[in-house]
Amino acid sequence: MSLVEIRDLQMHFPLGGIGGTLARLRGQAEPVLRAVDSVSFDVEAGETLGLVGESGCGKSTVARCLVRLLKPTAGSVRYAGKQIATLDAQAMRPFRRDIQMVFQDPTASLNPRLSVRSMVEEALTLHTKFDAKERRARVEELMHEVGLGRDLLDSYPHELSGGQRQRVNIARAIATNPRFVVLDEPTSALDVSLRSRAILLLEKLREHLGLSYLFISHDLATVKYLASRVAVMYLGSIVELSDTRDLFAKPLHPYTRALLAAVPVPDPDARRDDFTLAGEIPSPIDVETGCRLRGRCPLAKPICAEKPPLKEIAPGRFVACHLVAELSS
Amino acid sequence: MTEMLEISDLTVHFQINQGAIEAVDHINLTIRRGEILGLVGESGSGKSVTSFAILRLIRPPGRVVSGSVHFDGIDLGSLPEEQMRRMRGAKIAMVSQTPRTALNPLLTVGRQISRLLMVHAGLSTREAEKRMLEMLRLVRIPAPEKRANQYPHQLSGGMCQRVMIAMALATSPQLLLADEPTTGLDVSIAAKILDLLRELSTKTGAAIMLVTHDLGVVAEICDRVAVMHAGQLVECAPVRDLFHNPAHPYTKALVRSIPRVDRDVVLEPISGSVPSLINPPSGCRYAGRCEWTMDRCRVSRPPMVEAAPGHVVACYGFEERRVTC
Repeated sequence: MSLVEIRDLQMHFPLGGIGGTLARLRGQAEPVLRAVDSVSFDVEAGETLGLVGESGCGKSTVARCLVRLLKPTAGSVRYAGKQIATLDAQAMRPFRRDIQMVFQDPTASLNPRLSVRSMVEEALTLHTKFDAKERRARVEELMHEVGLGRDLLDSYPHELSGGQRQRVNIARAIATNPRFVVLDEPTSALDVSLRSRAILLLEKLREHLGLSYLFISHDLATVKYLASRVAVMYLGSIVELSDTRDLFAKPLHPYTRALLAAVPVPDPDARRDDFTLAGEIPSPIDVETGCRLRGRCPLAKPICAEKPPLKEIAPGRFVACHLVAELSS
Repeated sequence: MTEMLEISDLTVHFQINQGAIEAVDHINLTIRRGEILGLVGESGSGKSVTSFAILRLIRPPGRVVSGSVHFDGIDLGSLPEEQMRRMRGAKIAMVSQTPRTALNPLLTVGRQISRLLMVHAGLSTREAEKRMLEMLRLVRIPAPEKRANQYPHQLSGGMCQRVMIAMALATSPQLLLADEPTTGLDVSIAAKILDLLRELSTKTGAAIMLVTHDLGVVAEICDRVAVMHAGQLVECAPVRDLFHNPAHPYTKALVRSIPRVDRDVVLEPISGSVPSLINPPSGCRYAGRCEWTMDRCRVSRPPMVEAAPGHVVACYGFEERRVTC
């Protein structure tokens, strides 16, 4: 049994507004934004699963459904075998200790009016039976764990640098000894040198504390470094899921290939794959039937009018493309 | 004369209560006609301040303490404000990092571009409109007639960035200062913007100074690269040379500190952090972070020496290492 199992996850947001009202009055289905459409994957204990895709592909929505900041429209989210997709806030509480999240913006996710100590301690007050002394000891231990000096404990977020703020966020997330941490673009807001340090810190913590990560990012180089497997999302669906090494060595889905080809490589002599897609990501409101990449894909054939299933084409390698046989040869 | 822009001994300070922030420290840099020069370094290394200084946009508490900027042989520092204003936008244009905040939210994007053309190129309303649409087409904005009538908030980030580029290039400037033009954009959009910049530079012969911290972007489109650290220029070289034979320890550290898609690497973060620029260490400002530091690195600033033709570096250690081998 995997630590986290997601099956056919769907998250649709009703658009509301005048269009919604008119549709309701006419007795039609209200228009919705299909942010996530039948997404399934597992996260094994101790692994880092990378989730990549461009802005608006639904990766953060998946994360929010997973930590239950959102209630999915349909589908199941199992954590350690238990269904959590439908739990209410009260029933969800015991799981909050085990499932934590680090957000993209290290500044916006900290309370500007609380000191570092109170923010990290808050998680312990809520989720543990520690007394004040034990909490203090644990906070100091956590500061050490994420590489922050004890002298920063009484600082406020505005007194910290971006890298230090993100460390506070990480300390707070691991305070309750979680088993699963969702990292939503945790390194994107950091400068080059801080980014590599944050990457190494996350890797060290995973090994140290036996954590499992869902690592969400649009930075493919970082994902390649941290993740053992990678899922690629496009317009609300997973188009490819594979071992990291295989994926980067030979991307199979046309979208993955275009995505990788677009990453600038720090080597002036690198030969570039000039595979590109036409146009830009369409709106997730009126999505095409069939393969959603159809309108932009240079390889599209008539069969692509049917929705391609996410098929296992080699052990552990899943691709949602009708043309996968041709592509892999 | 092939040097289009010549920055000599430029020093910029920002005076605050705690003292002077020495943001740019005695920089010498040239940009040739038609070339793309990358300016790289961590946050706070003075990259953006340098580009603002070129446009004479340093405002108090900032102050250009010394140095000059010559553009096409003209000393920009000595121009009256009115002439400098005509220089900006017409001869030297800028694309900023945050396109959405750089655009006027109250004007349609078409209007903003045609206004610029009316002011700087003296075109009539109709001519300006025509040229504006041409520009939008040039930067590959689909359905330009429709987009021109939209406001910045109706466009995506990549689209806004293209509008900024269209605007910057509308008056056919000779120099484009692009400050992190692709940061924050999705990779596929960023790749298109880079292609566009390179293509436009080839087509119009404009030189580009590309400020970035992304070495991938540098390798992709730059001809030459200048590396800055804590307000000082530490190395400047043709792009191949810089990646294959980096001479300054900071450049080497920068290259080793990034994860990459094209090969497996062991990440080595740059040790230490950029020193405070208020009363910065005398001598080499990288000395506190460098594995090769010698006594004299902390005493005096290493001069720029030629490591190879067109490749200069400011490092005592480099000279020493070269002598011993």
